[in-house]
Amino acid sequence: MFELSDIEREAILLSLKVAFWAVAVSLPFGVACAWLLSRKSFPGKSVLNGIVHLPLVLPPVVVGLILLLLFGTTGPIGGFLKTVFGITVIFTWKGAAVAAAIMAFPLMVRAIRLSLDTVDPGLERAARTLGAGPIRTFFTITLPLALPGLVTGIVLAFARSLGEFGATITFVSNIPGETRTLPLAIFSSLQVPDGEAVAIRLAVVSVILAFAALIASELLVRRHEHRPET
Amino acid sequence: MLSVQLEKGYPQFAIRADFDADAGSISALFGRSGAGKTSIVDMIAGLTRPDAGKIEIDGDVLFDAAAGINLPPEKRRVGYVFQNSRLFPHMNVRRNLLYGAATVGGADFRQIAHLLDLQPLMNRSPVKLSGGEQQRVAIGRALLSRPRLLLMDEPLAGIDVQRRNEILPFLDRLRAEVDLTMLYVSHEIEEVIRLADNMILVSDGTIAASGAVEDIMSRLDLKPLTGRYESGAVLATTYEAYDAEFGLGHLAFDGGTLRVAGLEMDHGVPVRAHIRARDVSLALSRPADSSILNVFDGKIVEVTDEPGPQVDVLVDIGAPIIARVTRKSAHDLALKPGRPVFALIKAVAIDKRSLGGQGRTGR
Repeated sequence: MFELSDIEREAILLSLKVAFWAVAVSLPFGVACAWLLSRKSFPGKSVLNGIVHLPLVLPPVVVGLILLLLFGTTGPIGGFLKTVFGITVIFTWKGAAVAAAIMAFPLMVRAIRLSLDTVDPGLERAARTLGAGPIRTFFTITLPLALPGLVTGIVLAFARSLGEFGATITFVSNIPGETRTLPLAIFSSLQVPDGEAVAIRLAVVSVILAFAALIASELLVRRHEHRPET
Repeated sequence: MLSVQLEKGYPQFAIRADFDADAGSISALFGRSGAGKTSIVDMIAGLTRPDAGKIEIDGDVLFDAAAGINLPPEKRRVGYVFQNSRLFPHMNVRRNLLYGAATVGGADFRQIAHLLDLQPLMNRSPVKLSGGEQQRVAIGRALLSRPRLLLMDEPLAGIDVQRRNEILPFLDRLRAEVDLTMLYVSHEIEEVIRLADNMILVSDGTIAASGAVEDIMSRLDLKPLTGRYESGAVLATTYEAYDAEFGLGHLAFDGGTLRVAGLEMDHGVPVRAHIRARDVSLALSRPADSSILNVFDGKIVEVTDEPGPQVDVLVDIGAPIIARVTRKSAHDLALKPGRPVFALIKAVAIDKRSLGGQGRTGR
């Protein structure tokens, strides 16, 4: 049963690629947002909080539509990317990564923010009195202490990206080899006669990937907690 | 020299502090909890921004509201030992110690590790250390950042009373061996007398008085701030001799020789003795056949006028000393300024806890 066809393998690898880049590119922004929301008070903070969480409450199709309008070749962001960098996002795997990143962003920010909230600001202040500037303090004190939440945020975002469907299909369509990720491939195989077996096999792969991600994060966090200091 | 003038308003509270501390001296910021001591040291460290004022160390401006100067904490070279140590839990003791040293460098790691006996702790995780050990590491970490000023905010407050005696000797060594200006925040008078040269009395966000520990402690008007029960004068003495037959230490001061039980140390060592007012009695004639070893003749300088059953009497016996007697005795003996009296101090009343300042010469 587990001889995967080329098309299936293609969907799996594409999904992993899309999810990887979605997480990798959004992570710095996610950490920055989480830090702002956890540590700073500024006018418009609740607005930022609302925008970050918007993809969680909006129908994914609506997010896809908004992305289509923003990132289309004539849209404000899409036009800019096209003329300045020559990058086309729409109907490409890069667009799928953008959609996945946006949809996963609230989960990532939430997990990291909760973890940052538990880091005692007193430790950061202590680091400052020892001569560390804000950036060194952040990377040597704040971030390492928030590592469990960081890992959780990454895994949640990765899993959410693997499963992204609505915004992806709306924004970048369902192009085999380019934007047809696992969920889209499952959906497509259900549209053809006798496609059920393929759909089930891909579903099993999805379950395995999700479990692998969870176990990997568990191991990472546990290793961090028990690491003997030398 | 540290010079501090600052103002800061809080919704319910305002801080107005103005004081200096000599280079190399230990000054205690003393006052009740909530008096504003921690807020003041936070502002000196740069963790809180004052509304107005100026902070200088040896002529370098750390903060000047008028000139718009406000150095961030990492540029101030002000070490800070916090009440709850604030060691980094994800680093072992060695990495905690080196955290500040890496950016400034050159401080003598081995010397400080030796001074605070940190070598056995090096590879341990700070979360597994006792409160006293944690504070020793925190002190070492602050010293290794090579500060120009060391702030200590009640470093013993989080440690239970028995364990405090494990860390106090290290603080004694610190004051004797490290030449550094220190501000020591405390609300325990015994700690202040043991460790500090100068006292800055903080009350309701302002500086009520400041000066040498001996001078502040002998002022009757400050008694409500220095603490009623433990109050009493502090004598600056020099260790003279040890009476081995009876186990008595002889401490010389301007008024004579004070004998205390069981104190043995080198000749010439300066010792500060806290004589609690309730341990001093007064007599109009030199008592014969008395068990009290320390009898000094002097003159009454001041008698407090209090409604309660007891009064404090400031007597000049060559140095100021305070006696607490009942109002009835004061009445019966007609204790008034100018009257010659004998001050009687039980040698056994002066215990190790009331002696301090060892090992530092002059101020």
